[in-house]
Amino acid sequence: MTEKPRVALFVTCLVDLFRPSVGFAAVKLLEDAGCTVEVPAAQSCCGQPAYNSGDRKSTQAIARAVIAAFAGYDYVVVPSGSCGGMIKAHYPALFSDDQTMAEKARALADRTYELVSFLVDVMKVERVAARYDGVATYHDACSGLRELGVKAQPRKLLASIAGLTLKEMRDSEVCCGFGGTFAVKYADISDKIVEEKAANIRAAGADTLIAGDMGCLLNMAGKLERAGDTTKVRHVAEVLAGFTGPALGEPGDGS
Amino acid sequence: MELYEHVGGAPSQAAGAMTGARDQVLGSIRRALKRGPPAPEAVAACETRLVTHRRNLIPERARTLPPRGQVELFVKMAEAVNATVTRVTDARDVPAAIAEYLKRLNLPARLVRAPDPTLDALPWADQTLLETRRGVAEDADLVGVTSCFAAIAETGTLMLHSGPAGPTRNNFLPDTHVAVVRASQVVAAYEDGWDKLRTARRGGDGAFAMPRTVNFITGPSRTADIEQKIELGAHGPRRLHLVVIDDGEAA
Amino acid sequence: MKVTSRAFKTNARHALGDAHLQQAMTNLRSGFVERRAHAVSQLPEWEELRDEAVAIKKHTLANLDFYLEAFEQKVIANGGQVHWCRDAAEANAAVLAICRRLGARTVTKGKSMIGEEMAVNDYLEANGIQPVETDLGEYIIQIRHEPPSHIIAPAVHLVKEQIAQSFRDTHRDLDPARQLKDSRQMCDEARSVLRPRFLAADVGITGANFLVAETGSSIIVTNEGNGDLTQTLPKAHIVLASLEKVVPTLEDAATILRLLARSATGQEFSAYTTVSTGPRRADDLDGPGEYHVVLLDNGRSALLGGAFEDMLRCIRCAACLNHCPVYQAIGGQSYGWVYPGPMGSVLTPSLIGVEQAGDLPNASTFCGRCEQVCPMKIPLPKMMRHWREREFERHLPPRAYRLGLAAWAFVARRPALYRVVSTWGARILSYVGRARGRFRALPLASGWTRTRDLPAPEGWSFMSMWAARQAKRPAP
Repeated sequence: MTEKPRVALFVTCLVDLFRPSVGFAAVKLLEDAGCTVEVPAAQSCCGQPAYNSGDRKSTQAIARAVIAAFAGYDYVVVPSGSCGGMIKAHYPALFSDDQTMAEKARALADRTYELVSFLVDVMKVERVAARYDGVATYHDACSGLRELGVKAQPRKLLASIAGLTLKEMRDSEVCCGFGGTFAVKYADISDKIVEEKAANIRAAGADTLIAGDMGCLLNMAGKLERAGDTTKVRHVAEVLAGFTGPALGEPGDGS
Repeated sequence: MELYEHVGGAPSQAAGAMTGARDQVLGSIRRALKRGPPAPEAVAACETRLVTHRRNLIPERARTLPPRGQVELFVKMAEAVNATVTRVTDARDVPAAIAEYLKRLNLPARLVRAPDPTLDALPWADQTLLETRRGVAEDADLVGVTSCFAAIAETGTLMLHSGPAGPTRNNFLPDTHVAVVRASQVVAAYEDGWDKLRTARRGGDGAFAMPRTVNFITGPSRTADIEQKIELGAHGPRRLHLVVIDDGEAA
Repeated sequence: MKVTSRAFKTNARHALGDAHLQQAMTNLRSGFVERRAHAVSQLPEWEELRDEAVAIKKHTLANLDFYLEAFEQKVIANGGQVHWCRDAAEANAAVLAICRRLGARTVTKGKSMIGEEMAVNDYLEANGIQPVETDLGEYIIQIRHEPPSHIIAPAVHLVKEQIAQSFRDTHRDLDPARQLKDSRQMCDEARSVLRPRFLAADVGITGANFLVAETGSSIIVTNEGNGDLTQTLPKAHIVLASLEKVVPTLEDAATILRLLARSATGQEFSAYTTVSTGPRRADDLDGPGEYHVVLLDNGRSALLGGAFEDMLRCIRCAACLNHCPVYQAIGGQSYGWVYPGPMGSVLTPSLIGVEQAGDLPNASTFCGRCEQVCPMKIPLPKMMRHWREREFERHLPPRAYRLGLAAWAFVARRPALYRVVSTWGARILSYVGRARGRFRALPLASGWTRTRDLPAPEGWSFMSMWAARQAKRPAP
């Protein structure tokens, strides 16, 4: 019998803080796919806020900690295209002046995957057993799409969900306006961009919005909810895992 | 070593100042590239590149078509960008075709034709209702007829150049530009046009003499500067009509 | 052109509230974006051509001194002149000297971003010479005394009612009762107003999309025919070009030309691509008697061999602008200088200093769409991040922001501390927000909560829940 792949889950700070159910959904999906999942305790943030703010030193310090905490696993899986992209696409270049660290970063990057692309591209998952009654539209988060090639994989798995119809929105590949610190520093521009996105979501005629990145989801949910929209907003992991708790921003049991 | 520190304001126009600027710019480039003047091997490689002017990748689109296919593609691409096309099988039919075109569009039967021997040879006099003037276009000319040097199938593009047979303004001043294209002038790609020009303009010493102007014209003049709506005839001709003479195979 | 990049946030705020601009920007989305996508889909060799174009530019830049000297030799051999200029002041002086020598009173201009950089129009006017913009978009902003908002379509921020009004205000000798309702009528009016200006001009100034070293030629890519009338009819043709415009051969130009129009407007090829070499020849029937290339450095050489060298590959197609959600939201004038959008966010700090243009590289979500559509594969987000690093090193970001970031980094590097902060942060926020499930207002986050809710956290942090779950599990 072949050994199960040993996967380390990098849960990401936004999932950790705002929506742990996404983390548990990821664990379920990975275990269902035949992996053993561990969650290294010494994890916090991938360092992207510091990186995109130009604070290279802090980024390197955080990255060193991540590289150390996630060493020795077969795979590192991240329920986020932007954090996954940070590790996979940016960590190696962070240490261009340090050969040893660069190699370690490269080794980690090679083993790191965004969740849904890991399930489909590596574990060859074809379908999930979940059920979801509704019409959903999917937002292609930028980093996942452009840095990690996440596009077809979520659609493939969502298509296998009983009861779920997927309707594409106009400009699904266009940014939602989150951009991490951008949403705070240039809030009015960010708001205009998410207003466009919200209009496209509504026009798609879906009752559910799905995406693979918490930052995008918080941003889009926040905009839709402020406008009194009843579109349900969910992370792709929770939909694929068949979780039925409150959608993002809905009142519910906080424990 | 800096010859002098530039502190803004207009420098003197003396030749020394210009040499100063030239040397400073070149020096600045070399400093940025962390070297002195280019090494002999680099110079040789660059000189070779200029002399051999090797082709880069050329899209398959026109390249792999047989000559007749290239002519068809040229016509199709030109029509796609709002050029109109009349096809004749004999050069002598050109003046009649042009007269008919002007009549069909209700345009005045009056044109200026470039002083081009290939146009001179056509039976303009047979078109008694058509006024033709031969020479350099003026603002008052509403219709201008030119020949062309080559026709690029890849994008339906005309290649024309300046010279005693082709004043450049004849391509731009008149409201309607009629270009006479022989099928044998159709080539696949821009690179074929350049090679044809190099051959045509090679002097006795083997050197290639560029004309003052080479025009690549693809459809009539247009703009989308007002609300992104495309309008034809901004400053150049609002109509481009091609009379294609199917005189056999393309070049 | 007056620099207002420092006022980026204010500019952007005005732009967001400008109904005409917002309406105009929606045209941009369907126009250039969709047409470009279609054109690219029709060319299977697109990706290979991009790679070839990048290779051509990299080779040229590594040998820039050689190719510029080769170019100059050929220009001179064909009867033209090259004027090397270190900065805008020298370039303006060179242009003025030519105009003065020829007794020029009016000068027609094709569109030139280098001309904008030089502010050559202001300079000529100050010296008693009248420049006439002939590109329709440039003409419109000239009569409105506005800066361009896009490097290909300078008047893209205007709706037709605004343009019609400007025509009425400027073309006073035309019948006031005339109709100016649609773009056809306005186009015809511009054509008839500008035609006599073309014919009367003493000197014609164009930019250059490319300079060709092999032949000493300049290439302009246009659609209107204004560039051609500008450079053919007057006594002299002056080309304004920055150093990095040079390519080695006509074949190299052809390769990059295949990318340019498709990226810019979605056309297979522009209506007019014109290659000019020297003044008229002895047997020419028309053409300018003089040909001058004003070759401008203005900070380009300083970019070579450095972190921003890739920016020198830019062919000014504006694809990055067209696809940028930030540009689409605020338009080009918000960026405060000649070059807007992603390419402007990288280039402007290089040319006018990051103190003046500090907001530009920060006002990006790094969505990466610009890099994806750039025909020259310029890593725009990476270079914007590089500017952010430079600013961070120089303590340019606001103090509060830097402190917040430092606090976050402090915590993030200490996982045990992080877990405490995250657990209690989740707990508190969830408790406060549990009734509605979201926050309508949050201290320190008013930028967000002014226009958006913030969903409340679920409860405990994942890490604390996981730890609790693991503690309950039997040992393996």
